Parts: sequence; structure tokens; C-alpha cells
Amino acid sequence: MSGALAVSGSIRRRLIVQLLLGAAVLAAALVLLVTNLARTVAQETQDSILMASVTSILDTMTVRDGAVSVDLPYAALSMLGNVSEDRVFYRILADGAVLTGYGDLPPPGEGVGRDGGYQTTRYRDAEIRMASARRLLSVAGTPVRVTVSVAQTRDGQARRLAEIRRLGGAIGLGFFALAALLAVVTAQSGLRPLRNLAGAVSRRGPKDLRPVRGPVPQEMAPLVGSLNRFIERLTYSLSRSEDFIAEAAHRVRTPLSTVRTQAEIALRRVERPENRAALKEMIRAIDESSRAAGQLLDHAMVTFRTDHLEREAVDLCGLARDLADRLGPVAELRDIRIALSCDGQPVVQGDAVLIENALRNVLDNAIKYSPRDCAIDIEVGQGRDGAAIRVRDQAGGFPEDELDRMPMRFARGSNAAETVGSGLGLTIAREVLEAHGGRLELSNEGEGACVTLHFPPC
Amino acid sequence: MRHLAFSALLSGALSVLAVAVAAFEIENHIVVGPEDAPRRLQVISTADADLFAPLLQVFADRQGDLRIDYTVASSTELMRAVTGGAPFDVALSSAMDLQTKLANDGHTRPHRSAATALVPARARWRDHLFAFSQEPAALVISPAAFQGLEVPRTRLDLIRLLRDHEDRFRGRVGTYDVAQSGLGYLFATQDVRASESYWRLTEVMGSLETRLYCCSGDMIEDVSTGRIALAYNVLGSYAAARTDLGDRIEIVEFQDYTTLMLRTAAILRDARNPDAAAAFVDHLIRAAWGAGEMEEYPFPRLPEQGEAVSAALRPIRLGPGLLVHLDALKRQGFLSEWRDAMRR
Repeated sequence: MSGALAVSGSIRRRLIVQLLLGAAVLAAALVLLVTNLARTVAQETQDSILMASVTSILDTMTVRDGAVSVDLPYAALSMLGNVSEDRVFYRILADGAVLTGYGDLPPPGEGVGRDGGYQTTRYRDAEIRMASARRLLSVAGTPVRVTVSVAQTRDGQARRLAEIRRLGGAIGLGFFALAALLAVVTAQSGLRPLRNLAGAVSRRGPKDLRPVRGPVPQEMAPLVGSLNRFIERLTYSLSRSEDFIAEAAHRVRTPLSTVRTQAEIALRRVERPENRAALKEMIRAIDESSRAAGQLLDHAMVTFRTDHLEREAVDLCGLARDLADRLGPVAELRDIRIALSCDGQPVVQGDAVLIENALRNVLDNAIKYSPRDCAIDIEVGQGRDGAAIRVRDQAGGFPEDELDRMPMRFARGSNAAETVGSGLGLTIAREVLEAHGGRLELSNEGEGACVTLHFPPC
Repeated sequence: MRHLAFSALLSGALSVLAVAVAAFEIENHIVVGPEDAPRRLQVISTADADLFAPLLQVFADRQGDLRIDYTVASSTELMRAVTGGAPFDVALSSAMDLQTKLANDGHTRPHRSAATALVPARARWRDHLFAFSQEPAALVISPAAFQGLEVPRTRLDLIRLLRDHEDRFRGRVGTYDVAQSGLGYLFATQDVRASESYWRLTEVMGSLETRLYCCSGDMIEDVSTGRIALAYNVLGSYAAARTDLGDRIEIVEFQDYTTLMLRTAAILRDARNPDAAAAFVDHLIRAAWGAGEMEEYPFPRLPEQGEAVSAALRPIRLGPGLLVHLDALKRQGFLSEWRDAMRR
């Protein structure tokens, strides 16, 4: 019935992919932000130390004996060594002439004023960062402009940046991993109500047509509402068709018994063998129809009662004995003996009418298919896994390859063509047992069939 | 050792050649290892050849097919040779400031190996300079000249002693001529940084007609012969190595502070045999910092964490700070002040 569904995509996968994409974008942005920030901070740190060095040199510049003099402070260069192991260059200019230091350093950029300025350039095959500042000194009344530049290679900064980039990358990866984990968890928990609903619906028995009553999230309310309305319509149409069948069977059965009585009366009156044969054939057909109508009614009754199962203590032995007594005369007509053996007093919780109906159908079958002059054994017992009634006949058994199919509705054994029957008997028995939580087991034993009605343990 | 002696004979001829090629003066030149080995390692150093030869021999023996040319020059001549492009592979120098300038100005190449990791951070710079010895600047005295006097333990003791016995020490005090000796200049500039007492000591020494020397060896020699009574800022390791002088000299490490000079090695940028140079530097580092003492290692091995052993030990820090006193103006100013104090 449930053919292959056309499945396209997965909400969970789509949810996870979208969340992961978002996390990846955020992680990349984070890494970028951290690296940029680190670059700025590292640059500012180096700049401020370079400028501190420049300032400390400028502070020692004086005019002595009519010339600009400088006493390079030890700290001016050693402070640069504290930060990184970079190469250090410096130059002091007085009115454009080199006073001391590395004379071939690139010239300070224009616009270097009292507040100083920075530039990144190349010197001696290395990239350097240079800070410069100017000051005016008065030498014998003439202003002299002195310019101090201190430069440092950027290896240490590059190394620190690489470290921070690695750290940032690790943080980004960690962030992404965490987000991925959260995405999976979110997708799982977000879809849990859907899974729960699917589970609840698919766990239902074949007859369970109750509407879904559990709380569902707002987004699923329309779907569940539609499902419930669908179930309601289905229930209604099912019950209507079953009512119709019961009604029809009932209406057919009463006139049929009248017809049968008339046919028997007629049979006594006619003498000619071909007329008698025709009437006998007629009676057999009427029997079959009336039995089918009876079983349809039984089935309708079983369906109704299993839907509203009433449970009370049922004495299986008493029930079986009553039934054996009642069916005894019918069996004796064909010289069939019904033997009942009770082991203990098994009691089950259930609907006595239904259980009796099930057992009667099984016994009916046994009597119907048994040859003349044989025995039917009924054993009632209490096993470890619940009570059971076992009915054994000597009617030749079921066809081995149809054992599974037998308790289906309207299924009849391929060897049953000669016998009156509708194929509903075992179906009724199975449905009753399943309604009680038990099961019907069919097997062949010796020269007959064995039907066991298993009840669940109390 | 016979091989070594033979090499020393050759050194005269080679040194003439070396002078002709690059304009710098050398003091000595020896060859260690097979004369005709396929590979050659050119080392320029300020360390005495006699002191260093055994350590070189160990390295040459291990390498097998390597000839080491070991050239001795003063630290300023070493600087001139390297900046002038003389074909050396490794520079070993006690002048930390000049070595720093070599590395800072791009004359050296970086080196990183399992051995370099053994060097404490304060004893290397930029993977270019590696210290392989720590040698104190010491006071060397002649016990004979100090008869009846207490041996000074601090610079203030020394100042007091010299002032109290001016006649006894006049003309019998020695120290480096800082204008001539790179190491002397380094020690002096570190003294200035460390303590105010240096200028007072220099003034006292100036008033006593102090003799000025180019090298530690000469000072030790003169103390041992009794020509001078004491020498200030002598390389303690050289004095300790002169076991032949017995009790004619005594080494005093001051308790107020003792400057520690780190002898450093650098592989030169234009090294012709950088692999052998790297192996040689590793050899020096292992001898100095590695586990287990090597008999041929010529310098005293100080226990690591010198600060913990003696608070008085002050290792000179490698780094750009050392460049300050190499500044032409700074040096000019320092020397003129020093000359004033020395009354020269």
C-alpha cells in the first residue's frame, strides 16, 4: 500500500548547511578582524617605541662650544632591544648634514614636524619602519634644524603577527567547530516534534484511527489538523461501509432461513433423484450464503467490540467446556468426538463474547474440514508466556505454503473448495487475539492442523 | 700536536699573504687539520691561538677532511677585515659591541640548530650571535706588592687603598688603553653604566701615572714580573689560564659587581663554507653550554643562572644598546672625558 515516496532533499540537511555557512562567514570575519586589529596594535606599539627613542635622543641634544652636540643615551637603543630582536638604525641630521649615525638611511618624509612622523621603507635589503622628529636649536643666534630618525627592521613584528594569525585561525576554527556542533544539535531538536509525530503515527495499530491529540508546535498545527480531519473522514467512511455490510448480512440471513426451510420441505416431497440432487445443491448453497452472512455479522461485531474492548476475568476452561458441549451434538452427527483437557484454571482479562466467538470459529473450521469418525482435541493450558488454547484436528492440515496467508480476510485453503465457508473464520479469530494483545498460531501436526490461541501473560 | 707546530711555521708566510689581500693587521695565524684537506674553514678571532688550538683540534679531528685556518687579530682589525670583505667564514670576538654592529649592519647570517637552542636567550641575539664563553673582567694583583695590605674587595676599597698608598702604587698600576683596545673600551663603558665610582677610580689611576696596555696578556705578564702591582679590568679567563705563573699573580673578582663579557661567534654573510661554519659554531656552543665538560674548552664554565650563584656577576646584555657607545660622537665624547680623567 505504501509505495515509494518521492523524497526530495532533507530539512535537517538544509538547516545544517545553512547554519554552517553562516558560522563559516562569521568565523572568517572574526579571523579577519583579529588579524587586522593585531596588525594595527603591533604597528602602533612599534611606532610608539621608535618615537620614544627619537624623543629621548632629541632631549639630549644641546649646543656646546658653538656646535650642536648629542650624547646618545644608552636607553635610546637598548629599549628597542627589549621589544624584539630587530636590527636598529639611527641618524642625526643638523641642517641636512649628517651629525652621526647611519648616513645612508632614507631621508625622512616631508611633513615631519615637531610631532614627528613615520614611514615604512627599505634599507639594506630589509623592510624598515622609521620614526623621525625635528627640533630647532639656536647656535650663536642662528636657528639650526636637527632631525633625529630611528628605524627598526620588522622581523619581530612579522613574527608576532604570524603568531597572532595562527592564534586567530585557531580561534576561528574553534568557533566554527562549536557552531557546527550547535547547528547539528539545533537541527536535531528543531525537527524532534516532526519525528515524534511520525513515530507516534507509524507506531499505531492497523485499526487505530484516533485523531492526534498530543501537543504540537505552532508550525505543525495546520498539518496535524489536516491529518486529523482526514482520519475523521476515513473513520466515518469505514464505519459506514461496515454498518452497511452488517445491515446487508442481517437482511439477507432471515429470508435465507425461510428459503432453506422451504427447500427442505420440498426435498421431502420430491421423488425424482435429479430433482432431489438439485434441491440438495440448493440447500448447500443456501447454507454457504447464510454462513457467510453469519460470519460477516460476527466480523462486524468483532470489529465493533475490539474497538471498544471491555476487559473482565474470563475462565478459559469454562468457556471452552461450554462451547464443546454446545458444538458436541453437531459434531456427533458426523461421528466426530471433541475431547477437552484442562491444565489448571487459566484466567485471562478480556471480552468473553469475543474470545468465545474466536474459539467457535476455530472449532467450526475443525469440525467442518474433519472427515467422519475422528477426534478433535482441545487443550487449555497455562504456559510461561501466558495462557493458550490449542485445537488439534485430523483433517489433513493446511497447505504448508499458505500458512501465513490463512488468517487473512476471505482467504481459503486451496484444498477447501469442497467445503462450505467464507474464509472469515480465522480472520475473526486473529483479530480477536490481536485486540487482546495475543496472537494466532497455525501449524500442521501429524495428520491434522493445529491452531493455537495465545493470550498474553496477565 | 706535532702537526700544530708544523702549521705554526707556515703561519708567517700566510700572514704576509693575508695582509696583502685585505688591508688589516693580523697577530697570528695557525692551521689545524690536514694541510691539503678538500674543505677549508676560515676563522678570524680575537682569542689567543695557544688557548684555542686544542678546541680547534677536536673539531678538525671529528670532521676529518677539514682544514681550519685560524687567524688572530684585534677586535678593531677583525671589524675592519669583515667589513672590508676578507674571505672569512666565522668571526669569534670578545668585543660584543663590534659583534653586535656586525650583526646589526647585515654582515652575518642567521643560524638555527639543535645546538643553538642550548644557548640561554640572554646569550644570543637574533639567531646571528651566539655566546660561547662568559669571562669576568677582574683585578689581577701581585701578592708580593701587596705585602701587609688588605686585598680590596670592592672598587671603593681599591680607590681608598690607592689614595692611602700613593707612593707605593705610583707608576705601578695598569689598565687597558680604551682608545686602543676594543675590549678595554667595552669594559670601561659598561663600568660607566654600572657605577659612579668608575670615574673616581679613573681619576685616581690618572693621578698615579697609570700604565696603559693594549692587551690582557701583557698586563698579566707585567704583574707576574712585579713591574706593576695591579691591573684593573683584566680578562680573568686569561689570567686563570696562566697556571705557569703560580702564586705570582692573584685574581680578584670585585664583590660590588663583576662585569661578564660574553665571547660570541657569528657566521659571516659571505661565508664560503657555511655548512662547516655552522658545524663549527655548534661545536663551540656544545663545548660551552652542552652537558658534560670538555677538557679542551679553554674558558671557565660558569654555572648557569649566574644571577642566582652570585648577584655581583653582571653579564653584558647583547642587543642594540651596545651600539650606543660605538656611535662616533659618543665615542669621541667618552674618550675625551676618559683622557681628562687619566690626565693624558
